[in-house]
Amino acid sequence: MPVEYFLALRFMREGRAQTALILGGVSVGVAVIVFLSSLIGGLQADIIERTLGSQPHITVYPRDEEARPVIARDDPNTVVVSRVERPAQRVRSIAEWQRLLRRLRRDPGVTAATAVVAGPAFVTRGQSSNAVRVFGVEADDFNRIIPVRKYIVEGAYQPSAGNVLLGMTLATELGVGVKDRVRIETARGTTQMFVVSGLFEMGSKVADEQWAIVSLRAGQALLGLPGGASDVYVRVADLYDAEQVASRIRSSTHLAADSWMASNAQLLTALRSQSASSAMIEFFIVIAVAMGIASVLIVSVVQRSRAIGILRAMGVQRARVLRLFLFQGAIYGALGSILGSAMGVGLIAFFTRVAAPLFPIEFSGVQVFLACGLAVLTGVLSAVLPARQASKLDPAVAIRNV
Amino acid sequence: MSDHSSATIAAAPPVVEIVGLRKVYGADTAAPTVALDGVDLMLRAGEFAALIGPSGSGKSTILNVVGLLEQATSGVVRINGQDTARLSDKETTLLRGRSIGFVFQFHHLLPELTALENVVMPGAADLGRMSTALNKRGEELLRRVGLVDKTHVRANKLSGGQQQRVAIARALMMQPALVLADEPTGNLDTKSSDAVFELLREVNRETNTAFLIVTHDLRIAARCDRQIEIVDGKIASDTGTP
Repeated sequence: MPVEYFLALRFMREGRAQTALILGGVSVGVAVIVFLSSLIGGLQADIIERTLGSQPHITVYPRDEEARPVIARDDPNTVVVSRVERPAQRVRSIAEWQRLLRRLRRDPGVTAATAVVAGPAFVTRGQSSNAVRVFGVEADDFNRIIPVRKYIVEGAYQPSAGNVLLGMTLATELGVGVKDRVRIETARGTTQMFVVSGLFEMGSKVADEQWAIVSLRAGQALLGLPGGASDVYVRVADLYDAEQVASRIRSSTHLAADSWMASNAQLLTALRSQSASSAMIEFFIVIAVAMGIASVLIVSVVQRSRAIGILRAMGVQRARVLRLFLFQGAIYGALGSILGSAMGVGLIAFFTRVAAPLFPIEFSGVQVFLACGLAVLTGVLSAVLPARQASKLDPAVAIRNV
Repeated sequence: MSDHSSATIAAAPPVVEIVGLRKVYGADTAAPTVALDGVDLMLRAGEFAALIGPSGSGKSTILNVVGLLEQATSGVVRINGQDTARLSDKETTLLRGRSIGFVFQFHHLLPELTALENVVMPGAADLGRMSTALNKRGEELLRRVGLVDKTHVRANKLSGGQQQRVAIARALMMQPALVLADEPTGNLDTKSSDAVFELLREVNRETNTAFLIVTHDLRIAARCDRQIEIVDGKIASDTGTP
């Protein structure tokens, strides 16, 4: 074993109380970082899950129709009609949506894409009638984007011909259950009877109160878009790349593409603020740990001045004295991170298993690994000042003064 | 055992050569202190010399400068014929570790280490690591100083005399040409003091190592082959090579 590492371990063993105190400090710091990052990660994942559980990462749809001013045929500068009213928007199909779908599915940033027909309608049963949004979907493809299947509380996820899936709140208001029949009527006057095949509860007020999911073909018939698709829903690999992918779609097509980030700007700001405050807390913990290690090592250098002087007199080079204290810092960081990770994981286990699950916590091995790396780095960096101080000690002065 | 006659010592190569050595503390201050003022001294292999003088006369300063723990303000210091003035810190440390052994009044062992670990430390510093070969040599030295049964005892658990013997064993670890001893018996009772002195004497005869021993004890000084007296930073008397 290199002599400086041997001496570092002996010094640490000799100063057990100091070693225990600083290890305690580092461990608590690492435990807080591990626990906090898991908690924040869990909270954010939960919020995102709840928010995006009922919406696609990106919605692609035709741009709004715009009325153009009527101008004289023989003179482009002469406006014939001075007042142009904005036309009422209607459900329109995306031109060549199948080709768009194929293209999107080839995009490396996209994990799933599906065509949807969506529009307003009324669901009626007896005297009850509720305004809804009808979704005509390909069952499996749609489920890859919005996992309705896992939210089914009654019946089955079968939005096939003649079947409809209703939100639980909507079904309660209508007084219907599985296998009951309902009528869906659109503003165009198209009416069709459906059998309720399943009820879902997604935890989203809008979805549970207003969603009626039918097959794509039935949706096309109801909303007057035979063979058409009003929207393409997209799921991306990295949530936070959604706006980038949406921007790519907008620039390469003449379609509108809204990412969840644009539609939920406030949520995104909140998540980013949360991440920033978490990073700030972690930063101050690292600073506190660094100061703790540095102060213990500075005290150690003062206490061991004579020993350092003797070692120098015995022929120990300055560089080895420097490494002796850097190694101590690294050991404090490494041992502290191992203990701290164990404490952090213990806390996570306690809050997720033993105690009532008060918060959603997402354990991340990568976070633990990063926290350990950070602790070792902090240990070494904190030891630089005391190590330099020790290596510069004049042996004669150190021996004489003690 | 080596031949230790006066003629042999007189013909031996110089281990230490000091010419016109001056050491001034606070040279750039208004009140500089001249600790050594033009000291000339030569010590040959196998010599066993006592350095005596009143407190503050410069004895320890000579030891520190010769031991390469402090730099001279001016003058020449050669160890084994090597001029030490232009050596880098790394070269100085290497020369010190390989050529010079130290025995201090308060032994200055590392209390965190065992007797054996203390003894092998100069070897470990030179080699860069602890090793079995070093331990073997360390055990031999502990046997030589009569402490082989204390090999794995922590230094701070030993008596004063035992600690000083361990310090002597440590000083001999690198088979140095020179051992500098600063009041090696100053902190010991008479019995231990005699035992330590005899040990130093034996080692000197067996290994031909030169010894320069700072002492206030004139009884000890009288038993050395050579007495060098220093007063006010200058050599006042030197009995010379016997």
